[in-house]
Amino acid sequence: MKPLSAVGIVGYAGYIPIYRIKAAEIGRVWGTGCKYPIIEKAVAAIDEDATTMAVEAARYAVARAQINPEEIGAIYVGSESKPYAVKPSGTIVAEALGISSQLLAADYEFACKAGTEAFQTCIALVASGMVKYGMAIGADTAQGRPSDELEFTAASGAAAFIFGKKSEETIAYVEGTHSYSTDTPDFWRRPEEPYPSHYWRFTGKPAYFKHVLSAAKGLMEELNLTPDDFDYAVFHQPNTKFPLAAAKMLGIEEEKIKPGLLVPIIGNTYSASSPLGLAATLDVAKPGDRILMVSYGSGAGSDAFSFVVQEAIEWKRPLAPPIAAFVNRKKLVDYACYTRYRRKLRK
Amino acid sequence: MSAPAVRREIPYRYRLMGTKCLNCGALFHPPQRICPKCGSKDLVEEELAWRGRLVAYTVIRRPPKGYEDYKPYIVGLIELKDGKLILAQIVDCDIEEVRPGLKLEATFRRIREDGKSGIIEYGYKFRPVIEWNWQKKPNPEK
Ligand SMILES: [Zn+2]
Repeated sequence: MKPLSAVGIVGYAGYIPIYRIKAAEIGRVWGTGCKYPIIEKAVAAIDEDATTMAVEAARYAVARAQINPEEIGAIYVGSESKPYAVKPSGTIVAEALGISSQLLAADYEFACKAGTEAFQTCIALVASGMVKYGMAIGADTAQGRPSDELEFTAASGAAAFIFGKKSEETIAYVEGTHSYSTDTPDFWRRPEEPYPSHYWRFTGKPAYFKHVLSAAKGLMEELNLTPDDFDYAVFHQPNTKFPLAAAKMLGIEEEKIKPGLLVPIIGNTYSASSPLGLAATLDVAKPGDRILMVSYGSGAGSDAFSFVVQEAIEWKRPLAPPIAAFVNRKKLVDYACYTRYRRKLRK
Repeated sequence: MSAPAVRREIPYRYRLMGTKCLNCGALFHPPQRICPKCGSKDLVEEELAWRGRLVAYTVIRRPPKGYEDYKPYIVGLIELKDGKLILAQIVDCDIEEVRPGLKLEATFRRIREDGKSGIIEYGYKFRPVIEWNWQKKPNPEK
């Protein structure tokens, strides 16, 4: 899918909460083995949720975009951990940023790819001229059932991207996007259930790899590109192994995915996972670099994007903190504090 | 707090929106319609500075109703860069670390919840400033 008129990223930013828990600490409590899918994961504070983190990322994205927030005509928040079952998060973000009420706003849900669906909607709205700027946010405080293997990785974070017409003000422009979706029951959560369920046999080959690789290959075919044309790649990061394996299967060198590979040190931030990886990659990319980004959402689908970095990255980058600033700012908590912060204990 | 009351207070709780007296220059947060200092009705909306310094603090161990989940928590008197003094909760900071002079910035958090089914109140709190330096190469593996 290519937009009829050229669209780019005018601003981007991420937010990661300060608290971390080591996978080994979760393992110590539940008596599981010593091989963990990641080192540690980010834990939101007791007064944080997907919406507060979305606001943090959105504020920095506006600072980096150097635009008047009143010109943002659409906000889409992708999340599977909305603080309200019914009440949009986007309107709270808009109010916190002082965005005008002449606004399109909705929340998206598609497991871990809800954030990149928001990308596509904003790209289309900008390309069609319906809005001047559109903001897409992926934000989650992901929860795993205590002792479940998902508990080792389910983490918290947010990333915000503002799209506008391609110009000298855009940091990177969109070459195209391609999606691949099927009805695959690998992971789900029923209403009023606090934790998701998953069907482990489905999670690897028929789910993550099939969708990620199909979307990536479809995009490359459509844009007439090969893996060698990309300087960087970002894949959805449910654990450390999967994105590394996806890169290998596509013939993309490990070096190209390293800058955006955040999962070992912050965990799987669900809707924010690949957007945060893209933000971390933009933190180090040079003008002219081409970046492949592929999300994955259980249920299941993948959205692939190709971005080409522009000159504006050089002067806009220092206007907001790098992802590394959030990664390096941390306080370790034990399992007891973690259960309190994430409200796992019923009073 | 009732839903309409929460709605009315949104601009100054979400965005540090105050009012400034055009006659005497005084800044008010929460916003005032008539200047309590000089009686002028010439006031305009003005957002307070987002950064400041901790002047004094106290630790709340027996919180009022609705704030129990957050105890113990720090409440600080902060001098903002525009000179305005503001009271706010300090987060992302251990009680052992807090000290006057600490550089702080505003953050958006949950303030309290009206039980399991009511409105969630959001608003500003302050946290230690997130420092960053683009000269240093970001190193996500550290
Ligand atoms: Zn006055």
